[in-house]
Amino acid sequence: MQSIQEIQAEIIEEFAMFEDWEERYQYMIDLGKDLPLIETQFKTDDNIIKGCQSKVWVHAELNDDKIAFTADSDAIITKGIIAILIRTFSNQHPKAILEANTVFIDDIGLKEHLSPTRANGLVSMIKQLKMYAIAYQTQLK
Amino acid sequence: MLDSNKIRADFPILSRKVNGKPLVYFDNAATSQTPQQVIDVIVDYYSNYNANIHRGVHTLSQEATDKYENARNTIQTHFNAKHAYEIILTSGTTESINLVAHGFASILDKGDEIIVSALEHHSNIVPWQILCEKTGAILKVIPMNLEGELEMDSYSELLSDKTKLVFVNHISNALGTINPIESIIEQAHKVGAAVLIDGAQACPHVKPDVQALDVDFYVTSAHKVCGPTGIGMLYGKEEWLTKLPPYQGGGEMIDEVSFEKTTYAGLPHKFEAGTPNICGGIAFGAALDYMNAIGFDTIAEYENELLAYGTKRLLEIEGLKIYGTSKNKTSVISFNLKGIHPYDVGTLLDKMGIAVRTGHHCAQPIMTFYNIPGTVRASFAFYNTKEEIDALVEGVKKSKMMLS
Ligand SMILES: Cc1ncc(COP(=O)(O)O)c(C=O)c1O
Repeated sequence: MQSIQEIQAEIIEEFAMFEDWEERYQYMIDLGKDLPLIETQFKTDDNIIKGCQSKVWVHAELNDDKIAFTADSDAIITKGIIAILIRTFSNQHPKAILEANTVFIDDIGLKEHLSPTRANGLVSMIKQLKMYAIAYQTQLK
Repeated sequence: MLDSNKIRADFPILSRKVNGKPLVYFDNAATSQTPQQVIDVIVDYYSNYNANIHRGVHTLSQEATDKYENARNTIQTHFNAKHAYEIILTSGTTESINLVAHGFASILDKGDEIIVSALEHHSNIVPWQILCEKTGAILKVIPMNLEGELEMDSYSELLSDKTKLVFVNHISNALGTINPIESIIEQAHKVGAAVLIDGAQACPHVKPDVQALDVDFYVTSAHKVCGPTGIGMLYGKEEWLTKLPPYQGGGEMIDEVSFEKTTYAGLPHKFEAGTPNICGGIAFGAALDYMNAIGFDTIAEYENELLAYGTKRLLEIEGLKIYGTSKNKTSVISFNLKGIHPYDVGTLLDKMGIAVRTGHHCAQPIMTFYNIPGTVRASFAFYNTKEEIDALVEGVKKSKMMLS
């Protein structure tokens, strides 16, 4: 199993290939389009994170001792970033999730999307992922 | 004729770059940019005569007081109020509205009615909801049609002798619709109701004459008319301002104070508790002077040209839909691309140096009406150009290509 750090390094490497913002954004948009992120049954109001402008849904499940996340958004760029976050955080131990950070988002030139003042729900989503990790960690003990 | 090159030179911010591209600023309905003439006034205030007003014997205080009261006179003249003391300087439209709503709490009885329009900004809805909860008054809403215009027949039907207050924006911030406020005011007065008009979106485009309108209250913010943020005004007819109780207690607003009884100062000080935004008030006056020097007819003519051009060019894009299609509208274009979230379009445009607003524009009921999550809103000011509109059109085309 790859660690969160390894996955993040891999993503940084992928993004290093892009020459300008257009290529980076096109890649994110494509990621956003491709991924079937969440099952409809979990796309409920309970699972919604209100970001004012774009909505984010998150669902978590414990498989053995790892958490599997699925998520979605109504805006495609937000969805692209979700795809990247899910790739790093999903199928990891709660402890690893709690210890991980998201500074790699700065390195791939997407910093502005994780600004706390950006109304896209992503900051709250990361908080939510960590909350799930705390909850499942307690459950595992 | 408006010389846009000459005007653009007045705005230092317009020559900056954003994300490596020349800034195209199309978020004027949210806040307007500030010309050097107004910036100079702000610098001059802090460099030469910063002092508290209305209470000092010294020269600086006297100078600051004179300039502040001069600004009030400029505002009075601009809106053609009968008296300078009918102009209350507030922190902006929102505070002005809350001041009136607070005052009406002591006037309304259970079962009285307040009418607002479906085109309102949130700040226009919430204070009335609070007021209704406090007093037992009932909130009624004038519906809108698909063009984004108010249904005036429904308005006439809503009016009755129970109506105590009508509250409508002069121009809608989300769609740019110019509402028929003359008729709204006239009909309200026939049933004895007072009218408060939110002019936040109107003042950048037109010069309202409060006496000709015979409006009871008119409110606006300086930052929409090339002035600074955090300052605005409430115009109220003398008889109404006398009737309303003070909004906040504090210095400046009192006449005599003892622990048994306080008598309030006269207008406008009764509503201006505490040290005001002195520099902001002076700069507000300077901003109106700046716009008047260009002339509101010249501004309107030029902006209408931008609106016609922008509408025509944007509609060339397949799948683009404009919300708010009234013939009476200002230079605001609210739109969506079919199947694409406005947030995505706004994000990509920002990457190209183009500033637009996306979202519900603090007017969720309008978005619910159209059943959309929001729109992309491009709002033009007199310092924008057709070349910038061309850049927007190219930007939207490119966003569409990337997103679909
Ligand atoms: C129609 C309308 N009313 C009220 C406001 C609120 O103005 P302020 O935030 O300056 O108080 C705005 C500003 O966005 C507006 O457009």
